Amino acid sequence: MDSTAHSFVDNAHRALHDAKLQHSLGRFKEGFPVKRRAAVDRMPEFDALREAAREIKDHAIANLDLYLERFTERAEANGTRVHWCTDAEAARQRVLEICRDSGARTVAKGKSMIGEEIGINEFLEAEGIRPVETDLGEYIIQLRHEPPSHIIAPAVHLSKDQVADAFRSHHRDYPETRPLEEPEVMLAEARAVLRQEFLAAELGITGANMLVAETGSVVLVTNEGNGDLTQTLPRVQIVIASLEKVVPTLEDATTILRVLARSATGQDLSVYTTFTTGPRRGGDLDGPSEVHVLLLDNGRTEMLGNEFREMLRCIRCGACINHCPIYAAIGGHAYGWVYSGPMGAVLIPNLIGIEEAGNLPNASTLCGRCEEVCPMQIPLPRMLRQLRDRQYRARNSPAAVRYGLSGWAFLARRPALYRLAMSLGVGGLGRIGRLKRNGGRFRRLPFADGWTGTRDLPAPAGKTFQQMWSERGGRRQ
Amino acid sequence: MTGIALHSHDMPEHRPTVGLFVTCLVDLMRPAVGFAAVKLLEQAGCDVVVPAAQTCCGQPAYNAGDVADAKALARGVIDAFARIDYVVLPSGSCGGTIKVHYPEMFADEPAWLDRARDLARRTFELTTFLSDVMKTGPIAGRLEAATAYHDSCSGLRELGIREQPRALLSGIQGLELREMDEAEACCGFGGLFCVKYPEISEKMVDVKVDAIAATGADHLIGGDMGCLMNMAGRLQRRGLDVHVRHVAEVLAGTCADAPPIGESETSQAKTKIA
Repeated sequence: MDSTAHSFVDNAHRALHDAKLQHSLGRFKEGFPVKRRAAVDRMPEFDALREAAREIKDHAIANLDLYLERFTERAEANGTRVHWCTDAEAARQRVLEICRDSGARTVAKGKSMIGEEIGINEFLEAEGIRPVETDLGEYIIQLRHEPPSHIIAPAVHLSKDQVADAFRSHHRDYPETRPLEEPEVMLAEARAVLRQEFLAAELGITGANMLVAETGSVVLVTNEGNGDLTQTLPRVQIVIASLEKVVPTLEDATTILRVLARSATGQDLSVYTTFTTGPRRGGDLDGPSEVHVLLLDNGRTEMLGNEFREMLRCIRCGACINHCPIYAAIGGHAYGWVYSGPMGAVLIPNLIGIEEAGNLPNASTLCGRCEEVCPMQIPLPRMLRQLRDRQYRARNSPAAVRYGLSGWAFLARRPALYRLAMSLGVGGLGRIGRLKRNGGRFRRLPFADGWTGTRDLPAPAGKTFQQMWSERGGRRQ
Repeated sequence: MTGIALHSHDMPEHRPTVGLFVTCLVDLMRPAVGFAAVKLLEQAGCDVVVPAAQTCCGQPAYNAGDVADAKALARGVIDAFARIDYVVLPSGSCGGTIKVHYPEMFADEPAWLDRARDLARRTFELTTFLSDVMKTGPIAGRLEAATAYHDSCSGLRELGIREQPRALLSGIQGLELREMDEAEACCGFGGLFCVKYPEISEKMVDVKVDAIAATGADHLIGGDMGCLMNMAGRLQRRGLDVHVRHVAEVLAGTCADAPPIGESETSQAKTKIA
């Protein structure tokens, strides 16, 4: 996927002026966060569970080589073919080879953020292979030629009408004037269309929520069951997963499942949770005869060795996104690449470069809500600050910020000079404030457009506290 | 000592000396909050000093990635407040910087780390100090106000400040607290954020202002000047008649000393008549 992260400010501007998007975002805020709260309240041991889940991931990441090798060994023993891919291009080529070998023309696709990361759909289309998204949200945005705007709710930015319009223009076999107001009606139509695609597809591609080293199994979580059809109907199955998805045991996988759905949608468990262990065996009634697992690095081993290592704990539940006030204001597309919200603001610069995505870690108030709800307790605000630190050291922060801060710090390190400068500044502003008939605040102030463009600025009292304290003979020591 | 319920058996044994960390925004924009804090601390039985060498806690630099300057400022604060029993700030945000982030900054410098931890241990946000250390209980006073309370993010999530200001305010007669929806959501201030990304900040503060308006409150109280100036500025730009105050002014009963944030003497007089 091509990035527009460098145009973040423009993207955000457009998003803020998109009435339909703003309407969708307004409704969204009242959904997942409320359901998560209820799910957590129903479970007194949630924090202990969260702690256990975090420890599992920390242990798996600390021993990633061991568990990946064990996974490979066990998966291959089950008849799965495991492919190690260093980057997106390697993964795309491997997928293409498998498609060519199996003669696949139509590919059923389960929702996968790694699929987005490597841009698999555009790539396959260019190679004459037709990928069909089977998750309802992904299917809708595929019809609209859009990327997902949320990692677990890809079409959350859309309204019902926009979905109906997409169906009318693509489902040509249906009468033009059919009623399409009710979500149930739209769902039934998408189901009917997709059922044919499932049957036609020679190959299925899904992502993975976890890989289990102990058994060589792939764990996939969905709410629509499309993942299971994608995995079991076509003759050949490809799973694309990034390295950090591996966990040691089945027991560990179930611990993580218990925090995953609760954190994501507030469900106790997602509707479908499927463990797949190798291709169909003799006597099995269904299942693919070939299973391939692609283990994708694409920047993960680098994060393993730097200050963003804890980001590899992320289980993609989306809780940080659902509770982020920045995301709530601008939606997911403004971030400009595959991910969004706080996890995106940390991951995107790590995966595609901070030069491209420099705004993302800065566009945050560091309010801390993301870390508070993260089931893996990833210190997202700290990481955003570390990305800023990296930019500052590379002199990539805006000059105005750098010089402004240096000037401020120069004064603040010299208390006497600081007190003098502040009293002069405040005295000046205070005089201007008093000259204005309605005093109390400024509606416009030169060089302060960032503030006064949208809100009034309270006028200072005319003297600093320090001046007044001295004048009153207050104690200093 | 009037107006404060003291539980002497819970209090520190000697009369503690408190160093007031004024904070930049109170120093520059609203000295009345500093004097209110002094009054509250003295009423609670503390001796208050204001070290002259204090400037800024360094948070703007730290959050902008300028760690070197942030550490230089932190060293200055650590020196300025050495050998004082407690350090108290009328801000959860600056408090969080000292209590949580100073020890982070000096993780690799053992000598400074010890001093940073020692300062962190002695440092408290004002309402937390009154409530949890001096154990003042509800503070008696009077203000006719239906008020919303904004929990600032750093105070709420870094220092766990939520119940303390509400408990102290419960002694103020005539004051009715009206909790707002999405009380834990950020107001969109975020220091440099609000001037670097003013459009996003505007959207966030509008959500907040709508939530305040929905309570029907005529006052908004909070414990951090940055957030309060942001919300006051937007309330006033939108022409909403909500008076914004720092919690210290309300608790100290010094509202008559200064008009609400962003209002003038004349508008305060009008309010009183109305």
